[in-house]
Amino acid sequence: MARIYLLLAWTWLRASAQYPIPLVMMTLGSFVLNGLDVAAIWIIFEHTGSLGGFGLAEVMFLYGTAGMSFALADMLFGNVDRLSQHIRAGTFDAMLIRPVSAFVQMATDRFGVHRFGRLAQAAVVLGIALPRLDPPWSRLWMVPLMIGCGLVIFVSIFTIGGALQFLLTDAPEVSNAFTYGGSTLTQYPLTVYGGDLVRAVTFIVPLAFVNWQPALYVLGRDDPFGLPYGLRFAAPAAALALALAAALAWRTGIRRYRSTGS
Amino acid sequence: MRIAWYGFRRHSAYRAAALAGAFTNTVFGILRAYVLIALWEARPGLAGYDVADAVTFCFLSQAFIGPMQLFGGGVQLAERVRTGDVAVDLLRPASLQTWNLADDLGRAGYLFLLRSVPPTLVGAALFGIVTPAEPATWAFFAASFVLGVVVSFGWRYLVALSSFWIVDDRGTQSLSMVMSMFFSGMVLPLNLFPGWLGTAAQSLPWAAMVQVPADVYLGKKDVLEALGFQALWAAALLALGALATRAARRKVVVQGG
Repeated sequence: MARIYLLLAWTWLRASAQYPIPLVMMTLGSFVLNGLDVAAIWIIFEHTGSLGGFGLAEVMFLYGTAGMSFALADMLFGNVDRLSQHIRAGTFDAMLIRPVSAFVQMATDRFGVHRFGRLAQAAVVLGIALPRLDPPWSRLWMVPLMIGCGLVIFVSIFTIGGALQFLLTDAPEVSNAFTYGGSTLTQYPLTVYGGDLVRAVTFIVPLAFVNWQPALYVLGRDDPFGLPYGLRFAAPAAALALALAAALAWRTGIRRYRSTGS
Repeated sequence: MRIAWYGFRRHSAYRAAALAGAFTNTVFGILRAYVLIALWEARPGLAGYDVADAVTFCFLSQAFIGPMQLFGGGVQLAERVRTGDVAVDLLRPASLQTWNLADDLGRAGYLFLLRSVPPTLVGAALFGIVTPAEPATWAFFAASFVLGVVVSFGWRYLVALSSFWIVDDRGTQSLSMVMSMFFSGMVLPLNLFPGWLGTAAQSLPWAAMVQVPADVYLGKKDVLEALGFQALWAAALLALGALATRAARRKVVVQGG
């Protein structure tokens, strides 16, 4: 599976290199577009010293970790949310008859170097934030773990969003609300959002485990919402549960799928 | 006029997609509103807005995404250049630009109903937004909104025309999206931008798409100055588009059969 993924991704990369100018502009565009989020954070902190009780470096840490997770998920599997286009064009039927998992084909479709733009940008932000915070080494092990769990959570959300399009073929934008919405939500400390929303993203869609709960541990802070301390280590469990749900959703979707016949 | 009506009708075939867009715009509106509320609670009265103004601005900017196509696209010209269909467009007894403008206005009208009204209503229900008391403000806002769509068309038409020279327009599209997102006021209100960046952002054409109409709605700007600014950019971009169309006519190479 991984070998086929790499092979297909490499093929698409070479194909996209046929048009070098748009390629460079797209990579640049993606880097800058995501840099705008950071510009927004910077402008906000021009006007205030803390947002929701968190300082600039802490917000950048939250942004960087969520950004890394989301960028990796988007780079590797983000294309899954284009399912409805393939269904409408009839190209999904072609994928189903090939001897490779349709999921892998979807994920690698039009794989381009521009997908690295977002990842690079998030890594730069995290690289700036970490030395400023200087968390103790005894807590730093959590950082790669939280990025990994965040990756699994975002991939699962992308997959569920894709599976949703088996039902909502005409309305693919609905899944953007959850994928890109989830990415936007996790860029800021959850204290800026209302209590109900925070409980929803802790216990229903486990976005709080992408970075919020583990970050409270890394930063050594009390939970402003007074949730149990143990939740800070619950990210792997949350990621696993969501991944299972996503796999189930995708399988159900494929099983129910009926071609448009075009 | 009739083309605009056809544009309206053509887009009304995609009702589910428009409603999905409205849903997504609403979700993002709610998320951004919380961030802005946190900022304005830390700094009340910042940039001449109070919390209610900031929330209103946020939902208005989400409402503008559909009609003004802030994420790019809308003008199908680029696609038609790549496929060669543009040859048919060039044979039509109407100018390429006017034809596209009429179609785009029809599209904007339809998306206004489906993608602008719902997020604003949800925002009003959840957070409460400012509504102008005087009918004159509503009339000025309507004018400002239409001018905003024309400026947005003028810009997107130029971006689409670039595909006469660069066949793959995805790169130009993504750069255009960056500019329109940031300098229109979508990411943050432009009056928060510090120093020279703020001055520059306020005078670029993208300001005419979100910041200016929103300020007219909130009554934060001198109306004549605001409308004049928009009209000036609309005229400039349309004129540039007309020139570029003429150049493109000579340049065009229709690919394939």
